[in-house]
Amino acid sequence: MTISKEQVQKVAALARLKLTEQEADQYTVQLNNILQFAEKLNELETEQVEPTSHVLPMANVLREDEVVPSLPREKALANAPDQQDGMFRVPAVFEE
Amino acid sequence: MSLLRESLKEIHKRLASRELSARDLAEESLRQIEQKDKEVGAFLLVDQEGAMERAAKLDEQLAAEDQRGILAALPAGIKDNLCTEGVTTTCGSRLLANYVPIYNATVVDKLNEAGAIAMGKLNMDEFAMGSSTENSAFKLTRNPWDLERVPGGSSGGSAAAVAAGEVYFALGSDTGGSIRQPAAFCGVVGLKPTYGRVSRYGLVAFASSLDQIGPLTKNVEDAAYVLQAISGLDVKDSTSADVEVPDYLSALTGEIKGLSVGVPKEMMGEGVSAGVRARVEEAIQKLEQMGATIKEVSLPHSEYAVATYYLLAPAEASSNLARYDGVRYGVRKPGKNLLDMYLETRSQGFGPEVKRRIMLGTYALSSGYYDAYYLKAQKVRTLIRQDFERIFEEVDVIVGPTAPTTAFKIGEKVDDPLTMYMNDILTIPVNLAGLPAISVPCGLADGLPVGLQVIGKAFDESTILRVAHAYEQATERLPVPPLGGIEA
Repeated sequence: MTISKEQVQKVAALARLKLTEQEADQYTVQLNNILQFAEKLNELETEQVEPTSHVLPMANVLREDEVVPSLPREKALANAPDQQDGMFRVPAVFEE
Repeated sequence: MSLLRESLKEIHKRLASRELSARDLAEESLRQIEQKDKEVGAFLLVDQEGAMERAAKLDEQLAAEDQRGILAALPAGIKDNLCTEGVTTTCGSRLLANYVPIYNATVVDKLNEAGAIAMGKLNMDEFAMGSSTENSAFKLTRNPWDLERVPGGSSGGSAAAVAAGEVYFALGSDTGGSIRQPAAFCGVVGLKPTYGRVSRYGLVAFASSLDQIGPLTKNVEDAAYVLQAISGLDVKDSTSADVEVPDYLSALTGEIKGLSVGVPKEMMGEGVSAGVRARVEEAIQKLEQMGATIKEVSLPHSEYAVATYYLLAPAEASSNLARYDGVRYGVRKPGKNLLDMYLETRSQGFGPEVKRRIMLGTYALSSGYYDAYYLKAQKVRTLIRQDFERIFEEVDVIVGPTAPTTAFKIGEKVDDPLTMYMNDILTIPVNLAGLPAISVPCGLADGLPVGLQVIGKAFDESTILRVAHAYEQATERLPVPPLGGIEA
């Protein structure tokens, strides 16, 4: 499988990245090299193999649903690039 | 000799007899940083005020109580992907250049409880993605053994600061080798604990099924002390394991007679440089002389580990790094609407390697490619785990080199991502299997340190510490690194 420059631009858009033409060219070459290297995995027959998503025997960790103090608003907003009336402020979703 | 190169026992003795104070140690660390860090570049931020405050407070405590924490008064460096309350935590990224956490990582709290003095934040590859620390958005860190060479990565600042004697020990994180490889390159000890052994709460997430925090120290005993202090279940991290933490110090018996040591032939193959192989072979002979039984074993799927890792880790990263949108924290870049603000923030905030991995991960997870890449890699991960399980039915530990070469030159590999990725070929399988491993110095090749890697069974840090410690006791320590002629 190879990835085209168009696909690279599409993936970038999905990942909320904006690439220059030059970056898109470069990433197309580099991602193809990496994906070509990854083709190596196809040498292995894995039809019957269970996938591993986690190495520990994981189970849901539960606790009693008790009311406990939560983060104070001013702390939660301490790193906000922009805020108003105790809320995070962002640019308009739609253009005016 | 600098105070920071004294043994922990000696320091504790002098603290007890009041010959030495926490302030003396913190001041010595500041002096060493002042003297050396212009050349080494390990620190992104030196928290002089905070460190001296903590030291003064500790001195009061030490005067009032007879009890001391196990890391009392030891100056420590913290990798900059560990959150420190009130102290800027950049993760080596422009995007987080102004981020001041409102809480401590659990390991940082635990170090404080144990009496260590955090001196500041250490350089790293951006979001821990890299093997040379050259992907830091802020500065270059140099290898104290040769200032023209990289310290390794991504915990390059941590390894260099310990090697240069700027701090007593440091914390790093290891997703595919990021503690062990820089430890090997800089001639220090680096330990990656079992997945789940140490809480990841407050560690900026890269690949959540692989990340672990661990110590970088001058010797194995110190690594055991630090591991003791930071291990254990944490209600704030649901992936931290509810497994009893043993007394790691009592494992350091100096005795390995009768122990069975596996040497995978794949770890000693053609990709490993002649110098590295020679030192590691000598180390294996040493273990045999000390009474261990050496067995050749095989990890048949290890050749697939790098490809597996470079699909899984970027996939997890692409999801974890979706949170950097310029809304709640970090550096926002203005845009004409919300989407445009996201695009500008992320495109200007992330460096090239981080973007590359986000795109690789997004692609591997995208509809139509998920089965071919992500699911396939998860299945191969199972095969790699099973290789280790099989071997550990017949041996107690596995040994081999930590990295295929010694430290390479700055700039040598930056243009070719795939060549850079191959650095991690010997460390990645361990992360995929979630096992503990330690890198301990085993001599020099052409004047540069070589690391011996000892891999253990899950939650059996005791045995890898025991083997590494016994080896270290039976061999000559490395000299102090030359640091380009600056007095160490």
